[in-house]
Amino acid sequence: MKPGKMTSMQRVLTTLSHGEPDRVPLFLAATLHGARELGLTLGDYFSDSRNVAEGQLRLRAKYDHDFLCAAFYGALDAEAWGAEVIYRDDGPPNSGAPLLRKPEDIRGLTAPRVSETPCLLKVLKTIELLKSRVETEVPIVGVVISPFSLPVMQLGFDAYIELIYERPQLFWRLMQLNKAFATEWANAQLAAGATAICYFDPVSSPTIVPRDTFLKTGFEVAKEVIGAIEGPTATHLASGRSLAILDDLVLTGTSMVGVSCEENLAELKTAASQKLTILGNLNGIEMRRWTPHEAEMQVKRAIAQAGGGGGFVLGDNHGEIPWQVEDEVLFAIREAVHRWGEYPLNWVKDEQ
Amino acid sequence: MAPEQRIKSFEEALLSLDRVAARAALNLASDEEDSLKFLEGIVVPALESIGKGWEEGRTSLAQVYMAGRITEELMDELLPFRGVPTDRAQVAIAVLEDYHLLGKRLVCSVLRSAGFHLADYGRMNVDDLVERVKADNIRILLISALMLPSALRVKGVRKGLARAGADVKIVVGGAPFRFDDQLWTEVGADATSSTASGAIHVVQGMRRELI
Repeated sequence: MKPGKMTSMQRVLTTLSHGEPDRVPLFLAATLHGARELGLTLGDYFSDSRNVAEGQLRLRAKYDHDFLCAAFYGALDAEAWGAEVIYRDDGPPNSGAPLLRKPEDIRGLTAPRVSETPCLLKVLKTIELLKSRVETEVPIVGVVISPFSLPVMQLGFDAYIELIYERPQLFWRLMQLNKAFATEWANAQLAAGATAICYFDPVSSPTIVPRDTFLKTGFEVAKEVIGAIEGPTATHLASGRSLAILDDLVLTGTSMVGVSCEENLAELKTAASQKLTILGNLNGIEMRRWTPHEAEMQVKRAIAQAGGGGGFVLGDNHGEIPWQVEDEVLFAIREAVHRWGEYPLNWVKDEQ
Repeated sequence: MAPEQRIKSFEEALLSLDRVAARAALNLASDEEDSLKFLEGIVVPALESIGKGWEEGRTSLAQVYMAGRITEELMDELLPFRGVPTDRAQVAIAVLEDYHLLGKRLVCSVLRSAGFHLADYGRMNVDDLVERVKADNIRILLISALMLPSALRVKGVRKGLARAGADVKIVVGGAPFRFDDQLWTEVGADATSSTASGAIHVVQGMRRELI
């Protein structure tokens, strides 16, 4: 480590405290690219904790980013409940047909126990392996799909929207089950060595439900679950908008929010005003066809809009870099963070 | 009530999921109502406004979905024999490979509410979709995709249809196409729409070209 250079943990903690670290922290959620590093199919990669741990460590060495992501894929939380997961060779494993065929099936549903669920135990083992390698130098991020968002995979999106509005009793019965599961799952990841939990909650975004619905549902669920998670959390809305609910998110107890490329980072930063750290908002879908120069300009834009004063982590806007994004773009992002993200950001004032 | 006021009342009722008010706003008591004119004058503008609101961040996907569903139910009840003739421009919709069916359901609701008949193929893989489209003599194919890999598979559909000698217009929609405004041309689609209601004008325009 160069004199004066912070570790990733110091860098992240400083920005979370709304101070300026040595440079803007970078979170590349390249959950799939580790398979490419190891020359494995995605199915083989995710079959063994050692692959994922090794893949994530290699990616961090390569892209010099500031987090280790222990998440496998979004459908894993549904898999834990018995849902089918379909592997493909060019993207994340996807959840298959909904586990619940009809809302009434909620009555007979029971939550899985973490200690008895092989796919979850694999993630816990990955976290342990990562922790043994980096100790406290690098934050390790665990992930839970929020109780309010998991039903999209449990029941199907259309049926779930109808459940929220038309079957409140069954909705709250499902929330009870999901809250218990999410809390146990998050705390197990923290116990295994995760530094923080990403509370993945796209349905709470105003892109998906109106704020008044959120306040009666996802907000109450988040307050309870985040309050019961025994470590720091970051809420991620997976490309969904957040500006209209930023103050509400603060009240859930979360420390950071993953924001959308559809919203202006400067506005979000102002609205967060030292209450939340902003994570975002590089467009992961467009990233696939960026040139290195475009990648640099996007990084520069994001840092100019939200980097000042800390409280900002540069990342993609969805929480998962698509498999199709090539190394040259990720390298360009890495280089751009070093070029434009070192504090103090005097160049921002000079260019204004 | 002036048409603008009826549109506004209907839209407000839909956004608050108030079926009774939505039905009242339609006020279909008069027998002389021309159903197609009525659809174009009240229902379509209201759904388009809700779709635009979603695009601009003023309404949510849940409201768009419930508005489409309520409208479809009301249209089935009030105008069961509505319909735009589609015999010379067969329209079908499918989800390519993944299990995220909400986008397809949204588009089905608004197109059916607007009087279009369309075949719902559900979830298909590339080869089966090409075969089905060819067999049914489909002329306009709508494809919904949530995941980027599924969106990229549209290229395979375009190639397969070309190989089969099928002259089909492809319309794509879904999150990957919204987040990358060049993706629809890259995969060989003829059009895209960032909202379900936007598909109404796209399909109307294509129908006019085809018949």
